[in-house]
Amino acid sequence: MAENTNLDYQKKKNKEEMKQQVITFALMIVFTIIAFAMVLSDLDKLFVVPILFLLAVVQVIFQLYYFMHMSHKGHEMPAFMMYGGIFAAFLTLLGLTVLVWW
Amino acid sequence: MSQDHTLNPEVMPSEPEKATLEGKNKFLGFWFFLGGETVLFASLFGTYLALQGSTMGDNTPEKLFGLGLVFIMTMLLLTSSLTSVYAIYHMKNNDFRKMQLWLGITVILGFTFLGFEIYEFYHYIHGYEFTFRSSAFGSAFYTLVGFHGGHVLFGLLWIVTLMVRNAKRGLNLYNAPKFYIASLYWHFIDVVWVFIFTVVYLMGVI
Amino acid sequence: MSSTTMTQKQGFAATLWDYLTTVDHKKIAVLYLIGGGFFFILGGLEALAIRIQLIQPNNDFVSNGFYNEIMTMHGTTMIFLAAMPLIFALMNAVVPLQIGARDVAFPFLNSLGFWLFAFGGILLNCSWFLGGAPDAGWTAYAPLSVVSPGHGVDFYVLGLQISGAGTLIAGINFLVTIINMRAPGMTYMRMPLFTWTTFVVSALILFAFPALTIGLFLLMFDRLFGSGFFDASLGGNSIIWEHLFWIFGHPEVYILILPAFGVFSEVIPTFSKKRLFGYTAMVFATVLIGFLGFMVWAHHMFTVGMGPAANSIFAVATMAIAVPTGIKIFNWLFTLWGGNIKINSAMLWSLGFIPSFTIGGMTGVMVATAPADYQYHDSYFVVAHFHYVIVGGVVFAIFAGLHYWWPKMFGKILNETLGKITFWTFFFGFHLTFMIQHFLGLMGMPRRYAVYLPNQELELGNVISTIGAFLMAFGAIVFVINIIVTTTKGEQVSGDPWNGRTLEWAIPNPVPHYNFKQLPLVRGLDALWIEKTEGRKELAPAEPLDDIHMPNPSILPFVMSLGLFIAGFGFIYQVDHPSWLIVLFIGMGITLGTMFIRSIKDDHGHHIHKEDLDEEAR
Repeated sequence: MAENTNLDYQKKKNKEEMKQQVITFALMIVFTIIAFAMVLSDLDKLFVVPILFLLAVVQVIFQLYYFMHMSHKGHEMPAFMMYGGIFAAFLTLLGLTVLVWW
Repeated sequence: MSQDHTLNPEVMPSEPEKATLEGKNKFLGFWFFLGGETVLFASLFGTYLALQGSTMGDNTPEKLFGLGLVFIMTMLLLTSSLTSVYAIYHMKNNDFRKMQLWLGITVILGFTFLGFEIYEFYHYIHGYEFTFRSSAFGSAFYTLVGFHGGHVLFGLLWIVTLMVRNAKRGLNLYNAPKFYIASLYWHFIDVVWVFIFTVVYLMGVI
Repeated sequence: MSSTTMTQKQGFAATLWDYLTTVDHKKIAVLYLIGGGFFFILGGLEALAIRIQLIQPNNDFVSNGFYNEIMTMHGTTMIFLAAMPLIFALMNAVVPLQIGARDVAFPFLNSLGFWLFAFGGILLNCSWFLGGAPDAGWTAYAPLSVVSPGHGVDFYVLGLQISGAGTLIAGINFLVTIINMRAPGMTYMRMPLFTWTTFVVSALILFAFPALTIGLFLLMFDRLFGSGFFDASLGGNSIIWEHLFWIFGHPEVYILILPAFGVFSEVIPTFSKKRLFGYTAMVFATVLIGFLGFMVWAHHMFTVGMGPAANSIFAVATMAIAVPTGIKIFNWLFTLWGGNIKINSAMLWSLGFIPSFTIGGMTGVMVATAPADYQYHDSYFVVAHFHYVIVGGVVFAIFAGLHYWWPKMFGKILNETLGKITFWTFFFGFHLTFMIQHFLGLMGMPRRYAVYLPNQELELGNVISTIGAFLMAFGAIVFVINIIVTTTKGEQVSGDPWNGRTLEWAIPNPVPHYNFKQLPLVRGLDALWIEKTEGRKELAPAEPLDDIHMPNPSILPFVMSLGLFIAGFGFIYQVDHPSWLIVLFIGMGITLGTMFIRSIKDDHGHHIHKEDLDEEAR
């Protein structure tokens, strides 16, 4: 019986989380539409590019923390290594964009 | 026989993917692999950014890329990310049939995405004579987007294999981690695509 | 059922099959030792050929083209196929025992990692017999590596790609092993330093190797599929290769040296009968070196023309690494200070390491000074510098580690007399070879040249250097003899011949294949030593005696790697004739097919029943 209530509680919790994830998905769709719309409009490039980049980063955070459950407990090590990877990735990108000749 | 009992408990735990030591190891190891993949794709993005101007005079990003197609592809992949979340949701509720159903939808969306990508490449090669060998930009473009496409293909084959292999025996603690990390892989593919449509396509035509 | 009992009863074929299919970390360690040792000898022979060629001006011992091949293969072999696998041998042999685990987290992948390394190395060396080895230097800088004729560089690309995949797998395996498989009570800050360095190094592998993977892919596409990444006539840019190579390549040198630091941090406390001085600082320094190691890659590219701002930033970041390294040097010295020091072969290598490596570190700061580096760059000064850190650090550590852990790996202590002969000849040979090269470099002798001219005062230095190289070779031969003598005549020793401090010495000899009958309860740093000070001989068990779950052996890793090996030839030769694509598809088919089999075939492992354990104990 105790296990059953526990299971019911789990199911309820999962359901609530699922609701959050649908909202996350909706936001991601909205962000994508904003990004495409901004490119199609004739806004200044210097204004659009940083916002495009910001929207991409927010989408990725949504993916990692909600869809891939990095916000859950027990993800300390995955998060640590992901950030390690992002750190190395950032340096790589910096090197290949700033320190090359054109 | 004792194996079957420990792997098929009467009540599934709330996180079946991490219930066994093997599952815990798989979960952690796969996340670390994704950390490495981040650097892998960063190297490809860096190469692309360094070479995106090297078009040798024709077939520039502005001329090539059509945003309509990219928008459809983005929507397909984003939606497939949500459907795989649904699959894992049903896995946690121990509802194997619904999990298979949502994974099936994910796979269909994935294959549609791949079809569009193949069409896109075909279009560039035959409509514009823009190939892997025509300029350094061409090499970098096909390598970056192609690596992502290769990941999509591998992910699809992986998920299909899992679905077919486990269709008859249902969910247990041995295959739950396998389904879970396959879905992690699928989300990561989506993460990479977010940067591809932003950096390659949107910033390319602006 | 269990594989170890089988080997004891049966002959060569059974033993061979056992090693081909093994997933036991201790046997994989032996495989890594054999593979790494073989390539170490090969790389050593190449080094001797280089030194013979350079013994006199305008020498013609080898042709110029062949010299390029030897010098390229010496560097590539020593870094990728000798130093790394020998370090993996020590890690595999020791780390699971040190953390109180029965095996690694992914035994199957552990075996796959080894076979990928082995087949990658063999593929690379096949080039000798198939039209010539790679000849563009171990760094394979584009555009030289793109236009280099023949298939040499193709073998470099494919061979390193395959063995690099193996290394990445090994790195992930050790990370998960150390995080998930520690015995009860073994907190992070109770882990022995060798385990800590393995942990940090595995993270470095995880983040550094993907850059090499991509670099090699780009080079492969340029050479074999006509792309234009490094081809200026298509708008390509060869600096991309340099960046990708060094973004991998600099962390790579820390991947080599940090485990060496770990070995010395085990050997020195054991033979000083003192706990490691400044354990926390040592851990901190290890992590800091790993972190900083990622931010300094461009110091290999000072003369590329990145501009004064970039050069300054990378120069300062590089010099900063001297701080944590200095902390380590002083901590070893303070561990020795006041200790009850016992000098044997393992300790000699450790003591020899401290001054040798410090010299290498000092010249490191010199070459890190960007303006001065314009003088040192591509001269023998750089050659002397990196041999001082890699031989004086990594090779010394491998020797120290082998002497120290040989009784754990093979149950016998290596012969002390022969060990000391090896040390003294190798140590003097090493300094003779490379000390003089600093000055040759300062006098203007460029690296990688097959000949130099007479009457430029370079003759004497080169003769001295060659004599030193032969002394090193003598030392290495004596070590091989030592292994043979010890194996045939040595006596079995107990599980704790050194009066050790860490967990691996709590296990009896020979190590049972499940390592620990009951997982031990760890109560602090130097877990075994704590028990010894309280008058106990072993650790308290953390669990009741129960069935032990062990993984099944498998031939699939071998077949998977073999498939990639075959596919490698297909990739290389399809440029000559499209029919070679068949070989490519066959090879990839074998690999993907075995991956498919692995995926659909359940492998639950097996159990050793506790009744059998009781019987074994009796």
